[in-house]
Order: sequence, then structure tokens, then C-alpha cells
Amino acid sequence: MAMTWVWTGMVALSLLFGAWTGNLAALGGAAFEGARAAVELCVSMAGVMCLWTGVMEVMRQSGMTEKLAQAFRPLLRRLLPRAARDAETLAALSANLSANLLGLGNASTPLGIRAARAMARGCEGVASDELCLLVVLNSASIQLLPTTVAGVRAALGSKAPFDILPAVWLASALSVAAGLGAAKLLARVWRD
Amino acid sequence: MLLSDLIVPTLLCGVGLYGARRRVDVYGALTRGAEEGLTVLLHVLPSLVGLMTAIYMFRASGAADCLGRVLAPLLTALGIPPETAPLLLVRPVSGSGALAVGSELMETYGPDSYVGRVTAVMLGSSETTFYTVAVYYGAAGIHKTRYTIPAALAADAVMFFASALAVRALFGG
Repeated sequence: MAMTWVWTGMVALSLLFGAWTGNLAALGGAAFEGARAAVELCVSMAGVMCLWTGVMEVMRQSGMTEKLAQAFRPLLRRLLPRAARDAETLAALSANLSANLLGLGNASTPLGIRAARAMARGCEGVASDELCLLVVLNSASIQLLPTTVAGVRAALGSKAPFDILPAVWLASALSVAAGLGAAKLLARVWRD
Repeated sequence: MLLSDLIVPTLLCGVGLYGARRRVDVYGALTRGAEEGLTVLLHVLPSLVGLMTAIYMFRASGAADCLGRVLAPLLTALGIPPETAPLLLVRPVSGSGALAVGSELMETYGPDSYVGRVTAVMLGSSETTFYTVAVYYGAAGIHKTRYTIPAALAADAVMFFASALAVRALFGG
């Protein structure tokens, strides 16, 4: 429902603004141009997108995701010590993190949810500190290969679609650190 | 030649060799995964059509420029290009909305321009905060989210600031 308001609101605002700024005549053309641009974008990024989801599938089938997940266990034991006590939850958490890193969005969410459900047991609907941390980490997720964005850049004629990778890593590392810091800080001062 | 020029060919080769050594049907997995990518695109296309229609209208009406002008003093002070103002508002709320706004920005300013690169980094280093919170807590039966949303939005705010900073540091403004 939220998107209904966003979409309708944007169209209504455009009409109001168009009337105010005298750009009303351009709106109809812009609407059609936007719809056409959406299809053009999808078609021109389809190749890169499909190639990468293909590579991701090879990574998954050859066990690279699991290998990576193993490496994260010590880190998760420190970050979420209570949840990590349960072996199954720890396995789901580390698989969630490694799928996030590899950009396997479709695989990471069900794994994260499995962990979240286990962690929510006995919470009676109130998020524990560790649950807050899990969701904050997932909402600020680090992605090693932002393939969709690279696909869009390639579609728009970028000379090197992946040249943003170091910048993406830097920005997401800072954002995850900020999320962690904010969650730890708020855990101390938050009054319900 | 840049190091990032080597990422793609090295990765393709490495993944192929690693899979082949582990007796994985590399080519079969590649094409199956590509098929999955097509399904993803098919799901994204309808919402992109809806959203990009609205976004093009929003820009043509002058509303996007006005929004940028209102937020410009704050964003400029933080070193964030004010052109990205619409993206900052959409990013935490809607994933396909952010993709639509972001691609429009990259098309207008060029994917290799400063604004285009900052846009790409912002899109690449974040998730849709409200969607993530809704999905995880919905599935886990949590209704009191406590400080999750403020902490997640703090991470988003730092991400916007850091994206502009990283692009300026690595490519020059």
C-alpha cells in the first residue's frame, strides 16, 4: 500500500508543479518517455544481469558460499554471542552473511529469516538487542559485487562499469560500521 | 590499466576453474543461473515501468529541481551532490524505486560523471531499509522494533555521505 501513496503522490505533485512552473505541456511526453526508458533499461542490462546471476549460481554449486560462511563463524560468535550458541542458528547466520556478500539476495533473505525466527523465540514480539543488530546489519549489507548497478552502468555506456567497486566497498564498510555503532549505542540508552 | 579492470576477467576465470575442479557442471550452472536472472528482470520490469513514468514526470514538472534546491544547502555542506536528493528520499523505502531514480540520474549526468558515480555507489552499497525491517520482523513475529529503524537509518545516512566521499577520494570530484 505504501507504494500506492508514493506513486500517486509523485504523479499528483508533478501535475501541481507543472501547473505552477508552466511545464504542464511536457508532462504527457515525459510519462511516455519514462515508460519507454524502463523497458530500454531492462533490455540493455539483461545481458550483464544474466551473466552475473549465472556466475553466482556456479559459485553456489561449487560450494564457495559455504566456504565463505565457515570463515565468518568466529566473527558472528563475537557479534551475536547468544544466537551463536545454537549451532543451527549460527549456520543460518553465517550463510546469510556470505550470501549477502556474494550478492545472492534471493538466497540470503530466507536464511536471515530462519535465524531471526530462532532468535525471536521467547521474545514475545519485542526485538532483542541481537535481533536489532541482525536486522541493522542486513539493511546495511556489504556487497562485494553490486551487479545490478554495474549492469545499469554498462547499459548506459560506461567505459568501465566495475570501476566503482573500491568506492562501493569503502562506502558500505563505513555504513555497516555506523549501523553497528548506532545499534550498540542505542542499546544502552534506549527506553521503551 | 586499473586493478578494477582485472576483476571481471579474473573472477570469471577463477570461478570457472574452481567449479570445474570440484566437478560442477559449470556451463549448466551458468545458464541455469542466467535463466534465474531473466526471471528477476521480468519481475522488475513492470514496477520499473510504473516508477520511471512517475519519475520522468516528476523531473519534467520541475519538482525534482525544486527538491534539490531546498535540500542543497544541507547536502552541499556534507559534500553530497544535491542532484542526488530524490535518491536519498527513495533509497530506504523502495528498491525498484531507487533503481529507477538512480538510472535516470546516471542517464542524465552520464554513468562516468561525478554525479553518476556517486549515484551508482549509493545504489550499490545499501539495501532497502524499511523492506528489510518489515520482512525480517514480519516473519519473526516481532512488533516492537525498538531502535532498529533509527540505527538502520543512521547507517543509511553515513552510507550517503561515505559514497560521495569515496568517489571524490578515488576519482576526484
